[in-house]
Formats: sequence, C-alpha cells, structure tokens
Amino acid sequence: MQEGLDDGPDFLSEEDRGPRAVNVDLQTDATLQVDISDALSERDKVKFTVHTKSTLPNFKQNEFSVVRQHEEFIWLHDSFVENEEYAGYIIPPAPPKPDFDASREKLQKLGEGEGSMTKEEFTKMKQELEAEYLAIFKKTVAMHEVFLCRVAAHPVLRKDLNFHVFLEYNQDLSVRGKNKKEKLEDFFKNVVKSADGVLVAGVKDVDDFFEHEKTFLLEYHNRVKDASAKSDRMIRSHKSKFLFSISYFYGHSPLPLSCFQTLFPVQKIEARVAADEDLKLADLLKYYLRESQAAKDLLYRRGRALADYENANKALDKARAKNKDVLQAETTQQVCCQKFEKISESAKQELIDFKTRRVAAFRKNLVELAELELKHAKGNLQLLQSCLGVLKGDT
Amino acid sequence: SNDAENTAAHHRNTLQFNTYSHRKQLFSVCVTLSEATEEVSLDSPERQPILSDGPSPVITPVTPVMISSRADVFDRSPDQDEDEEENRDTFDIQISVSDPEKVGDGMNAYMVYKVLTKTSLSIFSRDEVCVKRRFSDFLGLHSKLASKYMHMGYIVPPAPEKSIVGMTKVKVGKEDLSSVEFVEKRRSALERYLLRTVKHPALLKDPDVLQFLESSELPRAVSTQALSGAGILRMVNKAADAVNKMTIKMNESDAWFEEKQQQFENLDVQLRKLHASVESLVCHRKELSVNTASFAKSAAMLGNSEDHTALSRALSQLAEVEEKIDQLHQDQACADFYLISELLGDYVRLITAVKGVFDQRMKTWAKCQDAQVMLQRKREAEAKLQHANKPDKLQQAKDEIREWEGKVQQGERDFEQISKNIRREVGRFEKDRVKDFRVVIIKYLESLVHTQQQMIKYWEAFLPEAKAIA
Repeated sequence: MQEGLDDGPDFLSEEDRGPRAVNVDLQTDATLQVDISDALSERDKVKFTVHTKSTLPNFKQNEFSVVRQHEEFIWLHDSFVENEEYAGYIIPPAPPKPDFDASREKLQKLGEGEGSMTKEEFTKMKQELEAEYLAIFKKTVAMHEVFLCRVAAHPVLRKDLNFHVFLEYNQDLSVRGKNKKEKLEDFFKNVVKSADGVLVAGVKDVDDFFEHEKTFLLEYHNRVKDASAKSDRMIRSHKSKFLFSISYFYGHSPLPLSCFQTLFPVQKIEARVAADEDLKLADLLKYYLRESQAAKDLLYRRGRALADYENANKALDKARAKNKDVLQAETTQQVCCQKFEKISESAKQELIDFKTRRVAAFRKNLVELAELELKHAKGNLQLLQSCLGVLKGDT
Repeated sequence: SNDAENTAAHHRNTLQFNTYSHRKQLFSVCVTLSEATEEVSLDSPERQPILSDGPSPVITPVTPVMISSRADVFDRSPDQDEDEEENRDTFDIQISVSDPEKVGDGMNAYMVYKVLTKTSLSIFSRDEVCVKRRFSDFLGLHSKLASKYMHMGYIVPPAPEKSIVGMTKVKVGKEDLSSVEFVEKRRSALERYLLRTVKHPALLKDPDVLQFLESSELPRAVSTQALSGAGILRMVNKAADAVNKMTIKMNESDAWFEEKQQQFENLDVQLRKLHASVESLVCHRKELSVNTASFAKSAAMLGNSEDHTALSRALSQLAEVEEKIDQLHQDQACADFYLISELLGDYVRLITAVKGVFDQRMKTWAKCQDAQVMLQRKREAEAKLQHANKPDKLQQAKDEIREWEGKVQQGERDFEQISKNIRREVGRFEKDRVKDFRVVIIKYLESLVHTQQQMIKYWEAFLPEAKAIA
C-alpha cells in the first residue's frame, strides 16, 4: 500500500520549513524518515547533508547524517533503473543537476559594472540577484530531497541495499560522473529505446487498462512538456517586470513621504508573487514532466517484457513444431511469462498510485497558488488604497 | 500678493507695486523709480502683446478691441481675488482636440484635428468655438509665442515633437495598430499642449493664441518645416546659442537662480531616466501579456488531456483565469504608458523650456554687460577727446555716452524684469508640476487598484474549483 505522497516540491518561506512539510497527507512513517538538513554551495558543486531517522534494524544507528553530492544521487537513480527487479515500478525521477551558472554570471556582471551605477542601484540589484541565487539553491535542495523521500516511501525501493549504503556510508561513494564514452553509450541506448518505444507503443495492448494508460501518458507527457516550457517563459517575464521606481519622484516632487514608503513594498510584493508562482506552477509542471517520463519508461519496460513474452511463445511453438529444444523453450517462455505478469501487476498499481499522487499534488499546488495570489493581491490592494488615501487627502 | 513679497526686497533703488495679474485680478502696475531720472513707466507684460526680438520692447499699437476685452476680463469683484487666485480648477476654459482626419494622399497627406474651445471668458468672441487645425499650425503657434515671450523669461509650453517615422506610416496609409496609436498619442499631446498654453495667464490673452483657437482660417505656418529658410535659421541660432552658453560666464549674484538652475539640471536627468524606465516597463508588460496568453492555451490543452475529471475542469478554469489576467496586463500596459510615460515626456520637454528661460536671462545679462563695456569705452574716448581740439567730435562722443547710458539702464531694467518674471514663472511651474504629477499618480494608482480588484475576483472564483478536486 503506497502512502498518498505529495510530490510537489514544497519549500516555501521559512515558516513552512519547520516540520519539513514535503509530503502532504503522508502517514508519518517512523520507520524511515529522510530529509536534507543542510546544504552547502561551493564553487562548482553542492554538498547536501542527508539526514536519516530510522527504527529499521538494517541501520547501525537510529539517526545519522552523511554528505552527498549530485553525482551520487544520479548513481542511486541509475542503479534503480538498471535493476531488473524494479522493472515494474515507476522509478522516482532523478533530481536535475544544480545549475547556478546563469545566476553566478549575473552576479559577476554586476560586480564588473559596479562602478557604472549608483550605490543604491547596486545594492538593490545585488539583493535581487542574491535572492534569485537563494531561490535556485532552495529549489535544488528540495528536488534532491523529494527524490529521497519518494524512495523512502516506496515499499520496495526503501529496502534497496544501494539506498541504504547511500544513506549510511559516511565516506565518499566514489561515483565519478560518467565519462564521454559512457555518455555516448547512454545516448545510443536512449535512441534505441525511443525507436523501440515507438514500436512497442504501436502494438495494441490486450489489456484495456494499459491501452488507455499508454494513450493517456503519451499525450499527457507532451502537453505537460509544453505547459512547463510556457509557464517558465511567463514567469521569467513576470520576474523582469517591476513596479516603476517612483523613488525619482521622491527626490524632486513634494509628495508625501508616506506615499513612497507604501509603494516600495508593493514593488517587493510583485517580486514575491513571481517567485511563488514559480514554485507552485512551474516546478509542479516540471516535476510531473519527469514523473510522466518515468511512467512512460515503466510502460516501455512492460512493453519490452510483453514483446519478449510473445517472442518466447513463438519460439516455443517453433520448438514444438520441430520437436527440438522444447524444454529449453518452455523454461524461457515460463520466465518471460512470469516476468511480464509480475511487471504488469506492479505496474498497474504504480500507475494508479501515480494518478492519485498527481491529482493530490496538483490540487495542493493549485489551491496554494490561488491562495497566495489572493493574499498578495489583497496585500497590494490595501497598500495602494492607503497610499491613495494619503495622496487624495493631501490637498 | 505673493509677488509683492518676492520682489519687495529685490531692488534697493526701486519701489514696486505689483499685484500680479491673473485673469481675475487687476492690471499689474509696476512703478519704477530709478536714481538718475524720475521715471514712471507702466511696465506690464500683458500690455505688450507684440514684441520684437530685442530686449527693448517696442510697443506696437494694439487694436482697441483687445484692450477693452482684456479690461472685461479683469473686471471682477476684488474680494474674489484672494481665494480664487490659487483655484485654477475653476479655470473656465475647456479645450479638446479630437477627430483626427486624414486629408490628401501619399506623401502630401496630413492629419487635421478638430479643436473645440468651450469657455465663458469674455476675451473669446463666442462660448463655443470649433476649428480645424493641422500639426504644423500648432508648431507655428508655439514658434510665435516663443519668439514673443521667451526672452522675457516666460516659460512657453513646448509643442509636441515632430516624428518623421510616425507620420510617414500614417501618410502611406498603414492602418495598423502602431499608426493608430501614433495618431492617438499625438492627438492627446496636442490637447495637453493647448491646455498648458492657455493655463498661462499671459499666453491666454495673446492674440495669436486667440486667433489659433477661434479663427476658421489660419495662414499656413511654413516656417515650421525643418528644411525651410526659417528652419535652417533656427538651427544656426541654436548652434550659436550653444557656443555662447559656453563663453558667457555669468557673475551670479543671486543664489536663488544658481540653486534653481542646479535643481532643474538634476530634475532633467532624473526625469529622462525615469522616462526610459517607464518605456521599458511598458515593453515588459506587453511581453508578459504574450507569454501569459500562450501559457493559458497550453494549460487548457493540458486540462483536456487530463483524465481525472475534476482536475481537468480545474485546469481549464486555470487557463481561463490566466487569459483574463493577460487582458488585465494589456490594459495595465496602456495605463502605464498613457498616464505616466506621456507626462514624463511632456516634462522633459518643459524642463528644456525652463532651462531655455534661464539661458535667456544669461543672454540679457551679457547684453547688459556688453552695454556697460561700450559705455566705458565711450567715456574713455570722450576723456581722450577732452584734450583734443575737436568740438564736433566731443559733442558726438557726449551724445554717444548718453545713448549708451540709456542702453545700460535699459539693459539693467530688462535684467531685473526677466529675473522677476522667471521667479514668478518658476513658482507657477513648480505648483503646476506638483499638481500634474499628483493627478497622474492618483490615476495610475487607481488603475493599479482596479487591476488588483479584478485579480482578486478571478482567483476567488478559481479557488473553490481547485478545492473541489477530489
């Protein structure tokens, strides 16, 4: 029984970080709780402190922490993907690589251009860029944390040995990043997979459930991809918008001081609205882009298993016809059959859970998005109205 | 009145009574007593409607009609003076510029605007006058007013700028959005220009202004064309002015002027920066609008493919909300632009006019200085001739001295007058500036308020849909 797990990356303001509310309506499982308690951003890498609390006998202690880097998360993810035993599960998508390049570049440019702007402008821009950097940082921490939590919540994956090593082994796992050769191999594997994917997707499934899921997922995945890209663009242009800086007026026009003091917060509020939208909407879509890909991968694996099964059947028929190597063919066929049925059974449950998770995550994030938008709009409104009151009353 | 206080301590040799005349007040009377001669002159600017370029005013006979109608204007009860002096809101003249019409075809085409004046002021011959004017008419009016009043220190409101690109599109007949916008921008700018011009108490009574607003036929202002003889002369003069500005080193004895000039320099810089940043804001809002619309469509598609019914419905609702918000952004961009950007543009140009007036004062001072130098030379020449035995030349020298003494006095008077005028003009300008900005900021904030209220409505409608996802 899979707990209803909310996958929306949920790092909000400081208040929400308290009980590390990543998972919504998760029956808090005391047997294994994983979180990222700290993170350090260095020049070209991020160091995550993975903190585990567990009552399971597998671990030496009840509570412990290790430091991990992004490559080690990827290693763990790939080990799941390559493990035949897990073929019937949706493998939680790997967290994206931390990318501070853009932000760092901007900060650098700002430093270079320091001489050409006023002190005020410089401080303001620096603050904005630092906030942006911090937001990206928080996001990458949350993505890595969500991955671990999903694994920890999965009834089968949580028992994985590699996972336990990942959590407990307090030395470097020495998993260097893939070299060029391996990356190339991956590339070809993916090409083959997608060709296969087309092939497999083309075969009509006997099982209605899976047939429906296939059609649904293919379309859904594409639409999520599109929505994710468009929401990114929208939010980027939202961020570059600013309430025009009325500070110039202040120096030269005897308008009431209180008016300007209220207008500056409005400007800040607009910036925060953009950040919240980013979280709720864009990150949600991005995450489900990856999840739906993982679900598609599951269907692919099942499709492969089905193809293997059907091939094994054909081979068995041939063997029986020729009366040669029948036993071997029978064994192969049995194995394929079992594999296929095992995958199908778990896949069905996984896909049902995927839907439940997805609906819950969207609901939570859409509700929170609406509530935040309302909160900010109301806040803005109040500020604007008080400012208007001051201006109008001052004749 | 204010001006009395301002100028009372100013000239130690002068006794001035000056009730500055607003349309509702009495004539301004300025009595100057100089040391040398007991001279009484009526030196009211309002009574010198037509002037040449030189500082010595040439009083041209004015048609009796004008004088009497002006007397009517000032024939108000004196007790209204005090409380209504500041109350420009009851300034009883409304001007609208509307109904742009294209006349002609191709590169000779031009836009004609309807100028409607509604007023109860008696300097106007009718309560309501409607005339048709083209852009060059406005430029011509400004040109005339500038040549008449600027050298006296009056801040003549600048006319809207020419735009070859904008007009060419209109001429060529492009009916697209940008040329429609251009015409609307121009129409609005012309209206603001006229309103500012008539708000100036001296300019309101100027016969050129009255003619512009009232007479059905107006001689074509050819000299406003950039490549006309007058246009080229203007360019040459501007260049000469720029050179002169660099060479005139004025001995500023009046701290007020020094301070004000610096203030206007700063304001100029700030306004230009702000103008640029508002234009970029408008750009961004438009970009945001495009991206929001695109996202809305995408969200609708996602909603369609979602197989959970309630979530599907909520996503479609989200798409609708985003579409509506897109519309809000577009409307806001309009508000941003028209309300603020145009005002800022106006003020950038106005500040240029203000700076021009300060320059005129410098020029007047320089002229005064030059006259003093000449006088000195003439005196020296006369002193030399004292010892030569040339009685004719001596007499001529003495005559010249008297002539230049007169010029020096006139120069000093002009300098006094322009300084006084500028103080008054700047005071009026600052008051108007505060008012203008306040009005526009209020309007802008109100439009922001409206946007927020709409956003609240949309999200409040959406929230139950999101919560209904089960």
